[in-house]
Amino acid sequence: MDVDKCIACGLCAEKCPKNVDDLYNEKIVKRKAIYVPYSQAVPLKYCIDANQCIYLTQEKCGACEKFCPAGAINFQDTEKKLSLQVGAIILATGFDSFDPSPLDHYGYATCDDVVTSLEFERILSATGPYQGHLLRPSSKRLKKDAGRSPGKIAWLQCVGSRDINRCEHSYCSSVCCMYAVKQAVMAKDHSTGPLDCTIFYMDMRTQGKDFDRYYEKAKRKGVQFVNSRIHTISRAIDSDDLLLRYVSEAGEMQEETFDMVVLSTGLVINAKTIDLAQRLGVTLNPQNFAQSSCFSPVSTSVGGIYACGVLTGPKDIPQSVMEASAAACAATVKLAPVRGSLARHEEIAEERNVLRQEARIGVFVCNCGTNIGGFIRVPEVADYAKTLAGVVYVEENLFTCSQDTQDKLSQIIREQNLNRVVIAACTPRTHEGLFQQTLTNAGLNKYLVEMANIRNHDSWVHSHDPDQATQKAKDLVRMAVAKVRLSTPLTQTGLAVSQTALVIGGGIAGMTSALTLARQGYPVHLVEKSPVLGGMARHLNHTWQGESIPAHLEQMVSDILAEERVYVHLAARLTHVEGFVGNFKTQIADATSSEVIEHGVAILATGANESRPDEYLYGEHDRVVTHLEMDALLRTNDHRLHNAANIVFIQCVGSRDERRPYCSKVCCTHTIKSALDLKRQNPDVNIFVLYRDIRTYGQRESLYLEARQKGIIFSRYQVENKPQVRRDGQYAEVLFYDSILDRNISVSADFLCLASAIEANHDDTLGQLFKVPADGDGWLLEAHQKLRPVEFATEGVFLCGMAHYPKPIEESISQALAATSRALTVLTSDQIMVGGIVSRIDANLCSGCHGCINVCPYGAITYNPEANVAEINAALCKGCGACAAACPSEAVVLMGFSNQQLYAEIKMALCS
Amino acid sequence: MITTEQKGKLQGAVMVVGGGIAGMQAALDIADSGFYVYLVERSPAIGGVMAQLDKTFPTNDCSM
Repeated sequence: MDVDKCIACGLCAEKCPKNVDDLYNEKIVKRKAIYVPYSQAVPLKYCIDANQCIYLTQEKCGACEKFCPAGAINFQDTEKKLSLQVGAIILATGFDSFDPSPLDHYGYATCDDVVTSLEFERILSATGPYQGHLLRPSSKRLKKDAGRSPGKIAWLQCVGSRDINRCEHSYCSSVCCMYAVKQAVMAKDHSTGPLDCTIFYMDMRTQGKDFDRYYEKAKRKGVQFVNSRIHTISRAIDSDDLLLRYVSEAGEMQEETFDMVVLSTGLVINAKTIDLAQRLGVTLNPQNFAQSSCFSPVSTSVGGIYACGVLTGPKDIPQSVMEASAAACAATVKLAPVRGSLARHEEIAEERNVLRQEARIGVFVCNCGTNIGGFIRVPEVADYAKTLAGVVYVEENLFTCSQDTQDKLSQIIREQNLNRVVIAACTPRTHEGLFQQTLTNAGLNKYLVEMANIRNHDSWVHSHDPDQATQKAKDLVRMAVAKVRLSTPLTQTGLAVSQTALVIGGGIAGMTSALTLARQGYPVHLVEKSPVLGGMARHLNHTWQGESIPAHLEQMVSDILAEERVYVHLAARLTHVEGFVGNFKTQIADATSSEVIEHGVAILATGANESRPDEYLYGEHDRVVTHLEMDALLRTNDHRLHNAANIVFIQCVGSRDERRPYCSKVCCTHTIKSALDLKRQNPDVNIFVLYRDIRTYGQRESLYLEARQKGIIFSRYQVENKPQVRRDGQYAEVLFYDSILDRNISVSADFLCLASAIEANHDDTLGQLFKVPADGDGWLLEAHQKLRPVEFATEGVFLCGMAHYPKPIEESISQALAATSRALTVLTSDQIMVGGIVSRIDANLCSGCHGCINVCPYGAITYNPEANVAEINAALCKGCGACAAACPSEAVVLMGFSNQQLYAEIKMALCS
Repeated sequence: MITTEQKGKLQGAVMVVGGGIAGMQAALDIADSGFYVYLVERSPAIGGVMAQLDKTFPTNDCSM
């Protein structure tokens, strides 16, 4: 397939006679041997499945070649080998979903209604095999069957994870608990009738930011959670119903029938990745994840080769995105001297002056395959467009967004001497940038294009009524033409970027950021409020992999002090911040002096604290300690630990309760790590861990396994029936109910260690200085939890470490590298562009009423008392238009959305 | 310090293997900080497993 020629019209797939399993839809439905993987695929080009194509396997057929109108199919094409010179390699090879077919006791291969979680994901999806209708696969066995909805669905957790009996995956896959909860909630939303959802689990591992809230919300929505691992799924004799037998928490045998069972399959590194790693010499651990140190989480065993995503261990999307940025940063440190040497810049065509020219508008109406053309009579809309004032050229396209159409558009704009363009297609949210680029290439100011959204706002919502939909498309085109007629060219100007960074917080995260920025070639100011560097890490002993934290910390502090590009400000704080991305001015003050520095970016790495428990006799009994206090006892080799007979740990002290409805994420691993250290020092000691769910997510599960093998006793408590602690002389007597023994237990503990919650700083001084928000728990709130995990909505300000959420050292380090990477995208640019669609104030009309200042969410407007007018900083303005709407004098104009343009548009909307 | 000779051997390009959400993010960051990127993906489209997902938690955003 020649991807430059393919116009993705779909004719080839229509003519292709060969039906094959659709892998995108997890083989639930068929596709053709020539196909696009899915409708929004990038690139949107058809490709040939060489293993299935009749021509390529038997040299017959060739229908696609005959019918392709673009001549894009070339059966003579052969595989090409490329040799590339690169400075570094990043492996982001991902994972496969565990294949449960060999585990016959789950009946996956024999029962239609036993599906994997990825199959269920497709079933829920609007682009999936059942168009988003929740149906039992058994009821769709025949294509013509309408299908029946399930009334009862079960999820089975840990299929292919935490299992060393039936597969060799001792690790936890980290993401399945959360996706099962999501699927259950979504299934209930999708279902037309009542739907019972039950999740069978061993430990609910919802340790991420806001995950526990989601879990609690799911419980309130009626999702059932049963603490049991199901052994066997069997099919009812006379139907497709599925029988599950399990032991309830009360110890009773239960049998329940379900319509569907979803297997929450784990994440597995596939054979191709293992082979690639071997060829590269990259060491994988016994579970096939890339071996890395907690202190360099994205480095592999081979210099110059880095890894991110699930390859370094099971993880969710935000963590993968963070690690990807981290790997980008780590991979380019050594390449910093040749930055820009191979980067290519597009040549920009000279802009034609169209001011005071009569409007010559081109209208391009898109079919979007059948997305628009299937419901709206596109030729009729195009004919109508020709009748509109100012329109001199009209064309229909199958896909207006395809690359070859862009070249054609550009050519037409020049040939027809167009000075305004209307694209009647989809949404400007996703495609405006593309068409703006096309105008730029054609020598036209990019703000002279207007989109009429006849897909999302029309064909998709009025698919049942083609007449009305066609009429609405005409209305939308008429409005867009009226608006674009009054459009004027807008300009952007470049502002120089201050190529210095500011990092706030001198813990592991802040130091990692500062050191990496310096090694990437940029000066950094590192501000720490205490008189020493190191932060929380100064109180810790080992990472979960057993690496010494004090040794790493010492090395890092000496590296920072030796790095001439890092300016360390100790016992210092920020007193004033002004400016915007690329151009901040910040005042740093210590006890004796203050200075103002200029910087282009800021990274907030202000950390978090261990909370002080207010229960279980903490503070009243000297043998009741927190994790950090236990670490200190271990570090000093306290003799009382050697002689101890019983040590008890209580989990979730101050976490996952009403006051702090989140999981502190690090405590389960910390407890088990400390318990194993204690057991090593004193093998005779009895250790009890009283927990709600053990959350040793990912590869940390190996510690949990080791702890049980070493005889550490784990007992689950219910939050309604917490353990009780009484003073017993020098001992702390811990009373708890054990559900397996079904009796109350009393232990005289030499030490009681409380896994106290990690608490946010709850100091919003910095938040106010940089205008960045925190969530209800006090954690800094990122711009987007999944896709922009280290950025704020305020440009040029980034976050990392525990200020974002509790996390172990390796995650803090990778997040710090990620924040650095994002900051580098600003620092490495010569200038930032401001202007374009921003507001302007006509000083002659402004009455200085402050109305706009009060509504601006970006703090972009200030009051000038001398002139009694409001003034807008174009660099801070995001073009939301709130000010223009609020101004009673019409003094504020949002460029590109002037009142005249909007009035013209409204007039056209009403005159149909 | 890096000598001119060493600098001459350094390549201002990076290869990213895998075009899922992690590979795409890494490629974007590297390109946006001044390096040429080769993004290598086995399948005919980028997006990886995330493109198969329906909604994502905790915000229930559309995955696509």
